Amino acid sequence: MATITEKIAKLFPQVGVATVDGIPQFTVEDKDWHAVAEALRHDPELAMDYLVTIVGMDWTETLGCIYYLESTANHALCSVKVTTADRENPMLHSVEDIWHVAGLYEREVYDFFGIIFIGNPDMRRLFLSIDWKGYPLRKDYDEDPALNPISIESERQSDTTDTYVEMPDGKIEKKTVEIFGKDDFVVNIGPQHPATHGVLRFRTAVDGETIKKIDVYMGYIHRGVEKLCESLNYPQTLHYFDRLDYFSGHHYHHCVCNLIERAAGIEISRRAKVIRVMMDELGRIASHCLFMGTFCMDLGATTMLFYTLRVREQILDIMDKTCGARMSFNYECIGGLMADIAPDFVQDVKALLAVLPANLKEYDKIFTGNVIAKNRMEGVGYISKEDAVAYGVTGPSGRASGWACDVRKTHPYSIYPELDFEQVVATEGDSMARFKVRMREIEESAKILAQLVDNIPEGEYCVKVPKVLKLPVGSWFEMVEGCRGTFAVYLESDGQTKPYRMKIVPPCLPLAAAVDYMTEGQKIADLITIGGSLDYIVPDMDR
Amino acid sequence: MEVTTKSMPYEAWKDNEYIESLVKELQENGTNVVVGAFDKLINWGRSNSVWPLTFATSCCGIEFVSLGAARFDMARFGWEVARSSPRQADFMMVAGTIVNRMVPVFRRLYDQLAEPKYVIACGGCAISGGPFRKSYHVAKGIEDIVPVDVFVPGCPPRPEAMIYGIMQLSRKMKVEKFFGGVNRKEKQEKFLAEHPVPGVND
Repeated sequence: MATITEKIAKLFPQVGVATVDGIPQFTVEDKDWHAVAEALRHDPELAMDYLVTIVGMDWTETLGCIYYLESTANHALCSVKVTTADRENPMLHSVEDIWHVAGLYEREVYDFFGIIFIGNPDMRRLFLSIDWKGYPLRKDYDEDPALNPISIESERQSDTTDTYVEMPDGKIEKKTVEIFGKDDFVVNIGPQHPATHGVLRFRTAVDGETIKKIDVYMGYIHRGVEKLCESLNYPQTLHYFDRLDYFSGHHYHHCVCNLIERAAGIEISRRAKVIRVMMDELGRIASHCLFMGTFCMDLGATTMLFYTLRVREQILDIMDKTCGARMSFNYECIGGLMADIAPDFVQDVKALLAVLPANLKEYDKIFTGNVIAKNRMEGVGYISKEDAVAYGVTGPSGRASGWACDVRKTHPYSIYPELDFEQVVATEGDSMARFKVRMREIEESAKILAQLVDNIPEGEYCVKVPKVLKLPVGSWFEMVEGCRGTFAVYLESDGQTKPYRMKIVPPCLPLAAAVDYMTEGQKIADLITIGGSLDYIVPDMDR
Repeated sequence: MEVTTKSMPYEAWKDNEYIESLVKELQENGTNVVVGAFDKLINWGRSNSVWPLTFATSCCGIEFVSLGAARFDMARFGWEVARSSPRQADFMMVAGTIVNRMVPVFRRLYDQLAEPKYVIACGGCAISGGPFRKSYHVAKGIEDIVPVDVFVPGCPPRPEAMIYGIMQLSRKMKVEKFFGGVNRKEKQEKFLAEHPVPGVND
């Protein structure tokens, strides 16, 4: 850790160095930012090649961004804070040329805070319409519904995008760029399409059957969760996290609870920790089961859905008995769990573990070896390890490209360090590999469950937590492994009962950014395969 | 007249008063012997093959998938033919939050459904905005956008609740007047008059 700070302090003496929540944070002036970013990315010792997220911030006097970076070689984290005092016309330099995924994250920050990124080739709003008035996550945003009324008229759309270029004399010039070429034939896929897994829209430029370019259009389920969190107290914010990626409800709750407990200095019982991990792994199996079902259905093998949902229903029954719901469990709470496990929880989990191997064998037999499935999946949608890192493709999709990015191993949390399980990594990087990695992850999750099911310690399931929870002034960052990749939450507190800023880092947003890259030159039918194998959840990317 | 299905005794239904008042209103002026018999035939067929449009924006949609699978098996009721095109579907299960950007798309899908068409508002978000009601980018219930026939509360509703909701819808269809009736069309026209679509003159 010390080496990063020392190195940066040596290279750039003007940079402010601090440690926030155990992670080194550099405060950089905008004019130095691009050079610092270059150094962080390309220095062989630092090699911060993975941009975790960009947190847009409004500190009322200044606007700015906090960049979270990770090195895939040694998993060291660092953050960089860049601010601007100009609220009328805020501008920062883009790092899109250094980390690909930054292009999308910067659009998100522009949409929410109005910060323009100089050099980003595509400065359009991401979730809101081009006619939207105001920037919703700014503290002085006017929420009057009359300003932005709900209309049944079709939204105005633009075929051009803006880019801001810095001239040699330092002046910033705005340029208008066409999104598609003049002769491109553009087909609209979505938002109401059964194979987009939600309401996502692809504007697809095709040449015959071959895809030339995809413009991903999102925001059809943007619910403004981050803004809503700012008006609720900490225990209340939790329930939104079930409804982002509704398959990773347990994981997301786990992340936020860990974060708030760490910030408030609450130590939870071992019983609660074990049950949380068990719920995570049960959720992972259920999620991957549904992935297999819907993915195979997209490829035309509807039968698979009925087979995989059988296991999923069995897991949902376990959840139902303990959490009281089949979905949106709201089970983990600050201090532990909402309720103790049901009396037959252990017995049910054992019953599940007993039937799981036979089921997995059956899935393999029905689908994995099928000639049609092989032809549709092998070599389709290839992404290399370097590109997976550059596009921030985490989770099973990233691991299928050989990037060992499982947060349970890279930044172990809860009781994961004590458990014996393997990180599933493949090297092929195609749709088949993404499918197989998930299959094998079910086995690993089962292995974790088998280790824990007989070892749930006695104790209280929830420790006493003050009714009104106030966090000290500061900021925290926490990551967990969700079903689809790295999920993180950034929390900034100003000492009140409500969060000052809660930034959600969803694993599915970078997946959408990678679709354009992965489908280029492929057939239009393969778009369905690639989208299905990435397994994105649209409410998660839109929030 | 007891409006029920084979699988449910009349007393087990909730909202029997509503369906009774609906029947009373429809039969106020009596029913023609011949046309009434045709109505019964048509309604028998229609209420037993209610085809949904595959339309889901968020969480509730996953429970709708469960509904299609073997355990809850909506094929028992004749609802399993989920169509991806609104032109072929009978009703729309609005499963999930409808946000500002989705509103025009959603309204267009509704307009594209062939008559007679029905809407079920499924889950808290579709009914009122649910937990996201205070958000800057969420429609506070779909009733302002399209007319709704059945509300199914829950977050998300259990598949059993969805089954009950669609059964209620098919019960409503059973008492409709297809030939001599005016009930639905009038409601539709009144609604469209109040919510005009710009550029469309019908």
